[in-house]
Amino acid sequence: MSDAAAGTLQRTPLHELHRELGARLVPFAGYEMPVQYTSIIEEHRTVRTAVGLFDLSHMGEIEVRGEEAVAFLRYALVSDPGTLVVGQAQYSMLCEDDGGIIDDLICYRLEDDRFWVVCNASNRAAVVAQLEGLLARGDFGATLEDRSDRTALVAPQGPNAAALLAGLTDLDLEAIGTYRSAPGTVAGVECLVARTGYTGEDGFELFCDARRARQVWEAVSAAGVGHGLRPCGLGARDTLRLEAGMPLYGNELTRETNPFEVNLGRVVKLEKGEFVGRAALQAVQQTGPARKLVGLEMRENAIPRAGYPVQVQGTPVGHVTSGTLSPTLGTKIAMALVPAELAGIGSAFEVVVRDRPYRAEQVKLPFYRRPRD
Amino acid sequence: MSYPDDLRYSKEHEWVRVEEGRATIGITSFAADELGDIVFVELPEVGAALSQFGTFGVVESVKAVSDLYAPVSGEVLEVNDALREAPELLNSDPFGEGWIARVALSDPGEAEALMDAEAYAAETG
Repeated sequence: MSDAAAGTLQRTPLHELHRELGARLVPFAGYEMPVQYTSIIEEHRTVRTAVGLFDLSHMGEIEVRGEEAVAFLRYALVSDPGTLVVGQAQYSMLCEDDGGIIDDLICYRLEDDRFWVVCNASNRAAVVAQLEGLLARGDFGATLEDRSDRTALVAPQGPNAAALLAGLTDLDLEAIGTYRSAPGTVAGVECLVARTGYTGEDGFELFCDARRARQVWEAVSAAGVGHGLRPCGLGARDTLRLEAGMPLYGNELTRETNPFEVNLGRVVKLEKGEFVGRAALQAVQQTGPARKLVGLEMRENAIPRAGYPVQVQGTPVGHVTSGTLSPTLGTKIAMALVPAELAGIGSAFEVVVRDRPYRAEQVKLPFYRRPRD
Repeated sequence: MSYPDDLRYSKEHEWVRVEEGRATIGITSFAADELGDIVFVELPEVGAALSQFGTFGVVESVKAVSDLYAPVSGEVLEVNDALREAPELLNSDPFGEGWIARVALSDPGEAEALMDAEAYAAETG
């Protein structure tokens, strides 16, 4: 990957390949990333019905290791990584002292005293700074290494992902359940194979050396031919996660939101002991959050978008955090932050679109849940 | 890339077909491709007065909201209601079934001054 000079975009190891595939590339979190290859809707549907392939190499991978790695991460994160067995992962957040969210992330326990914190590309610098600061101040017996630039991430997601991957790996994928990982090989390349994702479907995230990224992508693509595989960009990634009710940092999650406001209270383990943000988060949990993240479905014909005001009978009460036309459901959906006392399934709201209010109704989250057999 | 040669084109990627003082207007395939999957169209009202290069509606793709700019001035006589249920017509047939509105021209000279197909093709590279 190239170094970022001021004003230039970074590229993932798969940049040339995206150009060859005719991807539309856009700036995202300081990287040039594919937003779509053919059509966002087509790519979205492919993930729901077959398998889509994502390049997520822009994301951050931070390794924490040492005797006190567990103690350090229990202190830095809101969740309890001490409960993870080797090969298990958990969704978590890094919060500030005031409970505001610095980033959401997944913490993988690779060995007893070795963890990976996989974070958003847009927050990588902030996450590294926070972890380094806490590590130094707390004098923990652990070390931190930002491996992002030498780690690529290729993610096949969809109901056919397991069948596709089974032929390429020495690992027994049936033994790798959701939020589990194992080191192995994929097409002869050493990978950390994780059953994690951000689409609401079954799928895998394959972490490998950046220099082998193309080899992994091409092998998965070739194997994907019989499984309906398509390359998929960030456009589909966003509509997929929104349908699945998953928050996006910058939209639902910000420094001005706390986990309890956005249905992530279950991630916060107040009882584990002292950690950054504990006092503030405990206070919110006790009084209850002032705002709540709700799912809305439009009852009149307009598409809700991030930032649009939300009203109740003409009075502004909140705002849309994310919105779209749902490719799977065909409905116009949104997540919105509203006063907690107004929230309730069936509650009526209006979303203001181009200065006009349009009726919406609160519905259960997630909008879409994958069928279980 | 070549475009239908019976149409005139604006810099904002709208097209006009003039027939006896009435114009049919729409967006070009170039615009539709740039937008990607179109999922919503906000049409003008019948009877609305359009002013050349002023906004007259909205087209939305999955990710973005874009204004529509009138290529000519005049009164809206008819709108393509099919676009309400099937906005994807703008992607699949932008010069035909994806027409947006029919307009009574207030100044036929305006359409004449727009680009022809060859100039538009050159403009869009």
